[in-house]
Amino acid sequence: MSRSRAPALRVQRAYGPTVEGEALVSVEGFSPRYDLDRWSGLISRPGHALEGHNIRDKILITPSAKGGIAAGWAFYDIKHKGIAPKAFVFGVTNPVMVQGAVFAGITITEGWSRKPYGAIRTGDIVRVDTRRKRIDVIKKA
Amino acid sequence: MRLSAEERRMLRGDGGRAVKEALELQLEVGKFFGAKRFVPVSNVHMMGDIEVMGEAGKSFLERAAGLGAKCVRNTTTNARCVDFDYVAKLGQDPAEAEKERELIACLRSMNVVTADTCINYQTLYQPHKGEHVAWGDTGTVIYANSVFGARSNFESGPAALAAALTGRVPEYGFHLDAHRKGTFQVVLKAGLDDLADWGAVGKIVGESHQDYFAVPVFTGIRRRPAADELKHLGASLASHGSMGMFHMVGVTPEAPTLKAAFGGNRPKEVVTISRRDVERVYGGYSARGNPLDLVVFSGPQQSLFEMRTLAKLLEGRKLKPGSHLFVTTSNGVKSAARNLGYLSAIEGSGAVVLEGVCFYILQNIARIRAQNGWSNLVTNSAKLANIIGAHKFNTILRPTRECVEIAVSGKDPRAGARAA
Repeated sequence: MSRSRAPALRVQRAYGPTVEGEALVSVEGFSPRYDLDRWSGLISRPGHALEGHNIRDKILITPSAKGGIAAGWAFYDIKHKGIAPKAFVFGVTNPVMVQGAVFAGITITEGWSRKPYGAIRTGDIVRVDTRRKRIDVIKKA
Repeated sequence: MRLSAEERRMLRGDGGRAVKEALELQLEVGKFFGAKRFVPVSNVHMMGDIEVMGEAGKSFLERAAGLGAKCVRNTTTNARCVDFDYVAKLGQDPAEAEKERELIACLRSMNVVTADTCINYQTLYQPHKGEHVAWGDTGTVIYANSVFGARSNFESGPAALAAALTGRVPEYGFHLDAHRKGTFQVVLKAGLDDLADWGAVGKIVGESHQDYFAVPVFTGIRRRPAADELKHLGASLASHGSMGMFHMVGVTPEAPTLKAAFGGNRPKEVVTISRRDVERVYGGYSARGNPLDLVVFSGPQQSLFEMRTLAKLLEGRKLKPGSHLFVTTSNGVKSAARNLGYLSAIEGSGAVVLEGVCFYILQNIARIRAQNGWSNLVTNSAKLANIIGAHKFNTILRPTRECVEIAVSGKDPRAGARAA
């Protein structure tokens, strides 16, 4: 894919290395405390939009962060258990998610130029370019 | 970010490796949020227990302690995952409990005061207006910002520890005037009688405005709320909405008037909450045909006054055979409750009072649920009703008195015969 094409999404803030991976797109916010089984990587909260999906090695695209001081330790924990996503792409987030991602060394972005639904779908291979603050679809599912 | 001479010395490693790494973490977070400088903090409250941090976090802390890390500010701990007197009774993992003991020793070696409470703002430290602190959990932060007029962001465990080691935080979010202004108005047209009513309001407002930087301004308050009521409102807003601050006109220190609360912002929206809306929240929970055999008062820990209320409601009564009622509180509150006779009244019913923990972070909680065959969890805490879903509890929010009645009878007065 040409870099000159318009990105699927621009983001306002970004931390961490540029990464590529399979998108996991949620219409619902995310918390590693409320929604996640931190031993398997499965979204375990009954009724969550991604219930039953595994976040391992995914690019998790989610509109918001939910509650939870625990993310700071939880991200580090799941990183060391080998079940962390490659990146979090938040619409809006909170400091805990950022502190946790920085502490764990997981790429994180915040702020969407538009809603990504449609342009990016679960299963698409995407690149999170933290330097250029853009998300590109490399390969459609 | 502009760094002071002292901060540059820290980054050089003059204060030791642990301090250097702590400031590096804070610097990256500050850069992400566009902070221009650091501000000193006077008090730190951190989450640090084995359930939430796991082996990796414990190893990190032990390494930091080995590097000679010492807190330079008064630093207290949030609720932990083990009450050592109840490890066997609850069916918790003894090996994990032992790790928790090691963790506590490690934190103490770094000068952390292991107070193990999520109601530090009621029991340990009350910052003044404008005072910068570095607190977590979320319920403590929203209380500090809103009710005290102090200034804190949500500080996760590693970030709070970093603040404890460096004595400062990057200045962004609620440390700045710009983010402390109201963004939308909530007109309360409902009489709010029970703590759960305040939590229900927090759920209504939080769920529909999930944004850390959204600051609701409450108006229409019919009477001055008590600290426990503001505690349940704040904890619920933070849990359901990820919010870190609210104003209440005529009540909270930065909202003497509606105009002052918005500080020049135009309200993006005006939301009205009626009694019917609150009742609809309660109506949204159902037992789904399963037994109502677990009632929990936790999240946040109970204050002494909440303990007194429970003692009055439970005195001389017994839980329904097969039912369980858990209460969590701090060591200090439990001790006072014992002296005052509240504890014997509560425990005399068959209820269990755990200290230093919060129910949703209990080590092994998912397996404890499965081993006991629990499906439903009844609580007066809108925060707990939200937060424990990941452990596959079906939660039911009810006013305090109804929670107690359910514990005693096994029946939900709102559902009649359907629930039992």
